[in-house]
Amino acid sequence: MYKIVKKQTLNQAVELMEIHAPYVARKCEPGQFIIIRVDEDGERVPLTIADFDREKETVTIIYQVVGYTTELLSKKKEGEYVQDFVGPLGQPAPLHKCDRVIGVAGGVGAAPLYPQLRKLAKMGVPVDVIIGGKSAEFVILKELFEEFCDNVYIATDDGSLGTKGFVTTVLEEQIKAGVKYDEVIAIGPLIMMKNVVKITKEYDIPTMVSLNPIMIDGTGMCGGCRVNIGGETKFACVDGPDFDGFKVDFDECMQRQGMFKEEEHQCRIGRGM
Amino acid sequence: MANMSLKKVPMPEQDPNVRNKNFEEVALGYTKEMAMEEATRCLNCKNKPCVGGCPVNVPIPAFIEKVAAGDFEGAYEVITTENALPAICGRVCPQENQCEGKCVRGIKGEPVGIGRMERFVADWHMAHAKETEVNIDKNGMKVAVVGCGPAGITCAGELIKKGYDVTVFEALHKPGGVLSYGIPEFRLPKDLVAKEIESVQKLGVDIETNVIVGRSITIDELMEDGYKAVFVGSGAGLPRFLNIPGENHLGVYSANEFLTRVNLMKGYKFPECPTPVKVGKKVAVVGAGNVAMDAARTAKRLGAEEVYIVYRRSEEEAPARLEELHHAKEEGIIFKFLNNPAAIKADENGWVKSMEVIKQELGEPDASGRRSPRPIEGSNYDLDVDTVIIAIGQSPNPLIRHTTPGLDTQKWGGIIVNEETMETSKDGVYAGGDTVTGAATVILAMGAGKKAAAAIDQKLQGK
Ligand SMILES: Cc1cc2nc3c(=O)[nH]c(=O)nc-3n(C[C@H](O)[C@H](O)[C@H](O)COP(=O)(O)OP(=O)(O)OC[C@H]3O[C@@H](n4cnc5c(N)ncnc54)[C@H](O)[C@@H]3O)c2cc1C
Ligand SMILES: Cc1cc2nc3c(=O)[nH]c(=O)nc-3n(C[C@H](O)[C@H](O)[C@H](O)COP(=O)(O)OP(=O)(O)OC[C@H]3O[C@@H](n4cnc5c(N)ncnc54)[C@H](O)[C@@H]3O)c2cc1C
Ligand code: SF4
Ligand code: SF4
Ligand code: FES
Repeated sequence: MYKIVKKQTLNQAVELMEIHAPYVARKCEPGQFIIIRVDEDGERVPLTIADFDREKETVTIIYQVVGYTTELLSKKKEGEYVQDFVGPLGQPAPLHKCDRVIGVAGGVGAAPLYPQLRKLAKMGVPVDVIIGGKSAEFVILKELFEEFCDNVYIATDDGSLGTKGFVTTVLEEQIKAGVKYDEVIAIGPLIMMKNVVKITKEYDIPTMVSLNPIMIDGTGMCGGCRVNIGGETKFACVDGPDFDGFKVDFDECMQRQGMFKEEEHQCRIGRGM
Repeated sequence: MANMSLKKVPMPEQDPNVRNKNFEEVALGYTKEMAMEEATRCLNCKNKPCVGGCPVNVPIPAFIEKVAAGDFEGAYEVITTENALPAICGRVCPQENQCEGKCVRGIKGEPVGIGRMERFVADWHMAHAKETEVNIDKNGMKVAVVGCGPAGITCAGELIKKGYDVTVFEALHKPGGVLSYGIPEFRLPKDLVAKEIESVQKLGVDIETNVIVGRSITIDELMEDGYKAVFVGSGAGLPRFLNIPGENHLGVYSANEFLTRVNLMKGYKFPECPTPVKVGKKVAVVGAGNVAMDAARTAKRLGAEEVYIVYRRSEEEAPARLEELHHAKEEGIIFKFLNNPAAIKADENGWVKSMEVIKQELGEPDASGRRSPRPIEGSNYDLDVDTVIIAIGQSPNPLIRHTTPGLDTQKWGGIIVNEETMETSKDGVYAGGDTVTGAATVILAMGAGKKAAAAIDQKLQGK
């Protein structure tokens, strides 16, 4: 059992938890993730490691309440426990020194992006970020990014905060305005990452994306998380979750992610949620 | 005078048309009377060919003699001198290639039902035996075991009895390895696996779940933490795919994913248990080993109307246990031998709608002595299916070899060991089970765990 040492609501659908997990906290690096099981018989659900504290042996997760398991998790209170918490899983993000990097986050994608940009900033790389959301209340972690980003751009679908429009609009504006980026890191919904890559391919800016296919074990045992990278099958849980955006077959990823759509719905109905 | 019946005493089973709709155990096991009767078929051969066929040398005629006399606890003691998990082996050993394959009674008629009696004795013990307190003198040394499958459990059980402090690190949330996530309930009840694991825990073995060695902690770090030796029993969990077009379509699973969803995550109880599993109306399972049979029979139980086994060789080469092939047929699984998948086709939404198959014929025997199949030109046809399950084998997960400097492995990933001692190229590190041999059997994994425990003890005691 793993103790929830802190819980915080970031907005109506996004919450943060700090969980006591010594093994994970000791070794994790930005870009890696954990798998959580809320209770006995629960589903195994992957979540990115948003932050960690090696001394307190805690790991921070930030999750959006989208379905059965995340709802169950959000019912847990500070001081309570979750059944299983395993990691760190996946490869650390391949971060390297360069002249300028821009991060592009869609919705809860800001959570996994945050530790990557912060690490780059610590390495001395100047970083900018674009955070997108449906509306102002879905833009998360703005203040945290402001601590180390040179520029924090916001884009909302309804214009309630920052630019009205998509993150891609802002990205293209910056590139057109002549800002030179050595690399783009995009994390968010598949469709967003696909559109970011469309732009960065045009301008030939290397782009890393973080994939979130459906996973079970997270150790390379089931193959359920397989993704097509440059024509080769890779397991996102061991080879990823970060991949070269130019090589990802986004359409296949989107199709595969929908495989259990009906069941996810039925699951909530079946259990009266 | 021995009982000269040519046939084994039959073991009661659930009716095929009932059991193919439930997850209860198929074979119901012998009664006391049946076991005692079957025991009288054993000739108590002097040279004991059966024992030679058992990878862990269970003293077969000696335990059977006790069964015949009605001394089941005595029989249990005899078996467990060599085999720590008889309830499991009695159920899943490929007896026809091992103990029973060597039994002289099998020359004319059926061999002695060694597996069935072993199962009976173990089940009897579980139901009747009283707890006995064990006092083990601790020697103050600690040993780590990686992976809680049959190899790891056996190694841990042996070492704890020798006085070591033993911690088993398991990646998943549940111990048991393939016994928990792979082999289905109807063949190996999970309660029974849990009991076997509890019994080593009662001896003092500490099982830490949710620790992935290589990620959560490395083997070098375990050594630094004071573990005097490490046994790696991490199995062969990496599923192989066919590398044919269409393998990433919706509705294509590896057998591991399909069985894990059902067994480990209890997908058969969806939606009470929230991990879903989707089984179509027509399912093709590719392969003909135990894993394929388990996947096919599970699909049938989850409501698939037609389930095919598609295998490129002939029935003779099918690697599954005889009993599983036989049970699968009884349950209405349709076998397509000498058929090889060429492509998987999808509908406009990306869901599987058919599998293109090429018929095969057998050529000359190859180096392994098996006649290898070759395609019959122009024989391609489309098999209408909406789910495809790939069960063509597994290889060892690369995680440990990638994170353990100094550990030599085969090209295909297996850890290289000295077969006498199970020592690897890295000092203090031992390995055994599927991670060394590639996907094999429960009993071989146990044998390896036991051998390693003996070698570890010898080394650490400076013998
Ligand atoms: C490597 C990785 C890192 C992730 N990091 C985060 C994160 O930091 N914060 C966050 O909010 N979400 C993250 N996700 C997504 C998160 O795992 C899903 O939102 C969660 O599983 C939904 O579960 P549910 O039962 O609440 O919803 P469901 O009702 O089961 O599903 C809702 C949505 O989640 C997707 N989903 C369902 N099960 C899984 C699964 N096992 N794996 C992946 N996606 C699934 C479905 O396709 C669907 O779109 C990550 C996913 C991956 C693979
Ligand atoms: C569906 C199926 C049916 C089978 N049927 C039969 C049968 O009828 N008869 C028979 O004899 N054999 C059968 N087998 C084969 C048999 O189950 C295996 O040969 C046996 O389980 C191997 O044991 P093992 O201990 O080496 O590995 P496993 O049982 O695979 O256990 C390895 C354990 O190590 C864990 N692990 C892996 N990597 C790490 C890590 N880095 N850190 C921590 N833990 C880790 C895994 O999660 C797993 O729990 C079957 C296999 C399958 C898949
Ligand atoms: S352990 Fe397996 S091979 Fe050995 S006697 Fe028992 S059933 Fe036969
Ligand atoms: S070979 Fe068969 S008959 Fe002979 S001792 Fe073994 S089990 Fe009994
Ligand atoms: S989640 Fe099972 S292999 Fe990646």
